[in-house]
Amino acid sequence: MDFSELPDDELWLQMQDDLYDGMKPEVTQETKEALRRGYKPTDVLEKGLVAGMDIVGVDFRDGVLFVPEVLMAANAMKSGMEILRPLLTETGAPRVGTVVIGTVKGDIHDIGKNLVGMMLEGAGFEVINLGVNCDADKFIEAIKTHKPDIIGMSALLTTTMPYMKVITQALIDERLREDIYVMAGGAPVSENFAMSIGADAYGRDAATSVEIAKAHMVVVNKQAALDKARLAI
Amino acid sequence: MNNRFLNLLAEAQAERSHVMVDGGMGSMLMAAGLVFGDPPDQWNILPDKQAKVRAVYRGYLDAGSQIILTNSFGGTPFRLKMHNLDGKTFDINKAAAELARLEAGERVVAGSMGPSGELFEPMGKLTYAHAVAGFARQAEGLAAGGVDVFWVETMSDLDEVRAAVEGARQAAPNIPVVTTMTFETRGFTMMGVSPAQAITELAKLNVAAIGANCGNGPDELEATIFAMHRELPEMTVVAKGNAGMPQMVDGKAVYNATPDVMGGFARRFRAFGATIIGACCGSTPDHIRLMAHQLGAFPALDPASLQLSVPLPERKVLSSDRRERRAQR
Ligand code: B12
Repeated sequence: MDFSELPDDELWLQMQDDLYDGMKPEVTQETKEALRRGYKPTDVLEKGLVAGMDIVGVDFRDGVLFVPEVLMAANAMKSGMEILRPLLTETGAPRVGTVVIGTVKGDIHDIGKNLVGMMLEGAGFEVINLGVNCDADKFIEAIKTHKPDIIGMSALLTTTMPYMKVITQALIDERLREDIYVMAGGAPVSENFAMSIGADAYGRDAATSVEIAKAHMVVVNKQAALDKARLAI
Repeated sequence: MNNRFLNLLAEAQAERSHVMVDGGMGSMLMAAGLVFGDPPDQWNILPDKQAKVRAVYRGYLDAGSQIILTNSFGGTPFRLKMHNLDGKTFDINKAAAELARLEAGERVVAGSMGPSGELFEPMGKLTYAHAVAGFARQAEGLAAGGVDVFWVETMSDLDEVRAAVEGARQAAPNIPVVTTMTFETRGFTMMGVSPAQAITELAKLNVAAIGANCGNGPDELEATIFAMHRELPEMTVVAKGNAGMPQMVDGKAVYNATPDVMGGFARRFRAFGATIIGACCGSTPDHIRLMAHQLGAFPALDPASLQLSVPLPERKVLSSDRRERRAQR
């Protein structure tokens, strides 16, 4: 694979195509090539990986792609992220946001939750994936350790959905609720249900969930900017 | 060779009739006190729970099931490992089949084999060889317990079905195999397999019957069965769908298709091409009783006079190429 001949515009398009097709070695090479040309890690992330994953999420939502294609694309994206992550930290690139995500107690379905996690990573979020069968303590502990902006709870069973309420209640009891944006998802979860257990948002699918998380970060960043301005006065 | 399942199938075919299989196991055990998160399969080896498993078997047999599935859906070492029970894979599966045999007598006992819950390489970590070995371990237990047929069900990935069938054959080459997949994503499996593709690919494995189970309820199942039968009319098709979709009512999961509703659909499944008919999650012996009654008491429906409840699944075709669509966003 030699991408050195491609004009810059073509390189981005090729990278997005290869990501869509789940071509891990190609995406790795293209990430390196873009960096070699002097692009900032944030540019490579935005123009290459994020732009590529965006259409993957949309096509999955619309029924064009199924789970295998999305997982392969996400794996390819990860290979690019591994190169970019240390550089992003080094260059002090603005943080997109941190998300703690997990499947609730009693439930071992994790395919959808992992997809959401990977798509969030694809959008530049730092994601701490707690795995399956997570009780409230596990969420609380992770929140105290990682200080996320957002937590995401997943449940695929009507019998485990109610456990989400236990988690939101634990957040209140621990006085952590105010500072955290709570998202709920999983096939049987609905907007109504998410609201009834005191979540802030319902994520119907990975693409929508990423949009919601991004929108929330806009609010967070705006608030931070306002606070900063106020301090300056 | 003399095999209860093959004999039953041959009889039904000779009489141009159907075969009744059972309904859901997990939801019945829940009703019998299974605590959520605990593995249902473990009940097979707990002396104080065995009677409850047998009661479910008996319920379905009394309702008219000619085939009952063993309580071993999660009985692969992959699923049992999550409960530190993988060391008991053989025992749990053997017990599942033995308890079923005690109730079934000369009726057919089918050894249920559900998905591993893991994703295959390169999407996930499970290798094909490892999967075959795991399914073979489960099948050895089921065969030792005396099953008449292996029943590979609720699958999404064709490779996983292939691995399960290979494992089953390794354990007991002479026991027939039935395979069913779950078409719950707009008429496809989660992994994007269509009903037509499923029946075409699985027929290559020389299995005794192919079909659909679980899923989103009887209306969608009807279209799945139609698509399978149309693709390969000579294959015996299984229709074993959920009693609708679960809804939360007062904190409890309630499936929305009543025994009456499922009874009504049974004749439609038959008309659209299913020979082996039963139900899955959320169904009870009452569902099976009414389905059996409808099929037995009324004349066959003419498929030409019927309309599918939902449209046939179609793969989305893209209107423009990827780069154009990206540019439009
Ligand atoms: C695969 C599968 C399994 C696999 C799980 C493998 C794994 N590693 O995850 C296995 C075989 C292990 C399994 C086991 C069981 N399963 Co199951 N399983 C499924 C199946 C077929 C697909 C789920 C899936 O991965 N879908 C694909 C993903 C991409 O979709 P998704 O999860 O909905 O995720 C999307 C959105 O919901 C959202 N999202 C998801 N999580 C989150 C989180 C956040 C924060 C946000 C914002 C968004 C979000 O974004 C995702 C991407 O777009 C469903 C059927 C279905 N239609 O859902 C049944 C299903 C969920 N299972 C069911 C059942 C009953 C079981 C068992 C109890 C069966 C049994 N008797 O043993 C066990 C339970 C084990 C347990 N304790 O959890 C039922 C649940 C019924 C109900 N509503 O209560 C279903 C609906 C089947 C049915 N029609 O009846 N299962």
